[in-house]
Amino acid sequence: MNQMQRILSARRLSHSIIPQSCFLHRRWFATSETDASSPPLSSAHQKIQTLEDKASNKSRSTALTTSSLNEQELAKFSAIADTWWHSEGPFKPLHLMNPTRLAFIRSTLCRHFSKDPSSARPFEGLRLIDVGCGGGLLSEPLARLGATVTGIDAVDKNVKIARLHADMDPMTSKIEYQCTTAEKLVDEGRTFDAVLALEVIEHVANPAEFCNSLSALTIPNGATILSTINRSMRAYASAIVAAEYILQWLPKGTHEWSSFLTPEELTMILQRASIDVKEMAGFVYNPITGRWLLSDDISVNFIAYGTKK
Amino acid sequence: MNRVLARKLRTNVCGSKHIFQRACSTHVTRKVSSTAGSNETNANSTGDSPQHDIAIVGGGMVGIALAASLASKPLTKHLNVAIIDNNPLLGRKNIIEKGHLPDPRVSTVTPATISFLKDIGAWKYIEEQRHAYFDKMQVWDYTGLGYTRYNAKDVDQDILGCVVENKVLQSSQLSCVQESDLQKTIYPARLNSMDMLPSSSLTGLGEVPSTADLFMRGRLAKLELSDGNNVYAKLVVGADGSKSRVRELAGIKTTGWNYSQNAIICTVEHTVENFTAWQRFLPNGPIALLPVGDKFSNIVWTMDPTEASDRKSMSEDDFIKAVNDALDYGYGPHPETTSSGGSSLSWLTGDVNISAKERFETPPKVVKLSSERMMFPLSLRHAKDYVSNRVALVGDSAHTVHPLAGQGVNLGFADASALSRAIAEGIALGTDIGEANLLKRYEAERKPANIAMMAVLDGIQKMYAVNFGPLNAFRAAAFHGAHYISPLKKRIISYASGEQSLPLFS
Repeated sequence: MNQMQRILSARRLSHSIIPQSCFLHRRWFATSETDASSPPLSSAHQKIQTLEDKASNKSRSTALTTSSLNEQELAKFSAIADTWWHSEGPFKPLHLMNPTRLAFIRSTLCRHFSKDPSSARPFEGLRLIDVGCGGGLLSEPLARLGATVTGIDAVDKNVKIARLHADMDPMTSKIEYQCTTAEKLVDEGRTFDAVLALEVIEHVANPAEFCNSLSALTIPNGATILSTINRSMRAYASAIVAAEYILQWLPKGTHEWSSFLTPEELTMILQRASIDVKEMAGFVYNPITGRWLLSDDISVNFIAYGTKK
Repeated sequence: MNRVLARKLRTNVCGSKHIFQRACSTHVTRKVSSTAGSNETNANSTGDSPQHDIAIVGGGMVGIALAASLASKPLTKHLNVAIIDNNPLLGRKNIIEKGHLPDPRVSTVTPATISFLKDIGAWKYIEEQRHAYFDKMQVWDYTGLGYTRYNAKDVDQDILGCVVENKVLQSSQLSCVQESDLQKTIYPARLNSMDMLPSSSLTGLGEVPSTADLFMRGRLAKLELSDGNNVYAKLVVGADGSKSRVRELAGIKTTGWNYSQNAIICTVEHTVENFTAWQRFLPNGPIALLPVGDKFSNIVWTMDPTEASDRKSMSEDDFIKAVNDALDYGYGPHPETTSSGGSSLSWLTGDVNISAKERFETPPKVVKLSSERMMFPLSLRHAKDYVSNRVALVGDSAHTVHPLAGQGVNLGFADASALSRAIAEGIALGTDIGEANLLKRYEAERKPANIAMMAVLDGIQKMYAVNFGPLNAFRAAAFHGAHYISPLKKRIISYASGEQSLPLFS
């Protein structure tokens, strides 16, 4: 708790990006007592308030749903839905990053649910939900690892592609795909052992509400895993300028820098949604080997694992 | 869904009668209950053609090594593997009787390979059969200008390597596979053709897609065998040697050239036991004498094709004389042992170099030829890619090298180990094992190492093929350098032992 305060007070000192060396240590969130006392009002806190205001403005302007979705984002994804499974297409970075994300998920969930990490199907018997499943890039490997997977996405085309692809392999054909939102599932009263929302929250209009829904979908003492991109200068340089304009890995406009969340903001939002972030890790791309690696560097892409109280 | 776990061993139960009954079309189907229990991972019984996770084409040392390596890992031991090899004796009970004469087809396994074999649990079977550790090596040539002696103690090891017959290597690994939980099916047939379609765009499919459907969607590869069977698999591994059919069918191009040399191999006997590996570079190629155990040694003699056919057909006595000559005073004098024994340079090298003090020795005399002489041509071949859509190449199908340093099969074992590791990682992360990215990771690990080794071996072969007086000084320099400069010697031993995979930068 003292560390968190220190970091947040450091942010108060300068509005420029804090050197990331402050929170390189992977387990700085793994405190035995997570003091849930109200965090001091800080610039980070204020930022969240402004984010929420912006978000509610956006959703008011779309004048449609009460969900945390962003219509423009949906349209963006709908346009390239056919290319989900083309490993050299617009989703190439996700394909490359997938094994690294799965390594983190496998290790944290095996530990959380006390499963044997050397088993070929450690998630047998676990009910997982992949929120924002897209074409099923994450759902299928999870199903192969033995989990009972439900994949939801707000874009209908994505769900259709995911269904067709999953049906091609008997090991993944049991995945349940639905075109729906997290909020609707909460209304239906569904719960899961672990909830995963990878690379979704930066496309969502109302992150706080989204996290509330995710939390409601998780059973008590269940696990929640989110991944997103940090709102840092380095992330602007790599995830937007480099990835969208120079290397052209992603279509221009895929990401909006202002919708990125910093790790502390994400932690705070999750905290308010009764989820304790226990571990965080970053993904680093090695251009020479062309592979992504897990690292302590959370300045660009990062993934967070938390437990529901 | 009913899962029927059947191990179809299409080899007959009775031993020798098999050979005569091959013509009959009856085959024995044995359902062996697997102690692995209900195996939810592989839904391979869609009722029609058999569907496997991995089809290993070629049941030689490296193909079986891959199967044994998969069988020894917890993540991969529940896979369903098909082994396709034309040899009808594959899979039969170990028929090597003790006390038989050593087969001339032997391989030198390096310490790195020995630890791999220990990891998969095959080494204990090999130790029950004839095998020969050696801890000393001597290399010299016909000019008599220098020699190099290597000793395992130079690198604080006990052995430099071990010589084992190929069929012992193969059968011990097969025993490991048979005792494991790995579901395997052996198809004693040849591969006729192979097909895999690119992952296609998705159109409507039925409730449970049949094997043929999955093949049409690019999820499986289809192999057509010479006995008419069709086998489907997610990944096809080509372990079928330097004239690989899998490589040909996958359209993978190769580069390489034929050495204008043939090698004669045979087993010989001495009056005393041999504990050293000997190699002498003659004008037309090296002759190597490797201990095999029990006073037997193996000869690998590389020479011109004309000489090779002469020597193959000459009488046994003449051949023995020729061998003794080649190892002794034939073609040139013995190198001198420098009396200082390297002490003049010890201030330079600094540390202990035991073998530098060793005198030059003559190899033990050959008294008897104990096997037929086999001859085969030598070449260098390298596949441009090791992997392709749902295909991976291991062993000689990916790279064929000159036997002068005994490295060939060791590279193959390293390939098998790397591929099984890549597959295990893929399974750990829920990937489809035929996926290109996974296979490329295997290629990225092995290709640089294999290419480096091939370059070194080819360089040595070319260097010692030049017999031009003034240039012999370089040979002498090479021998002396390797003999006296102990950091260089340590590096050479360490590289040849497989402890480091790249010659320069590990």
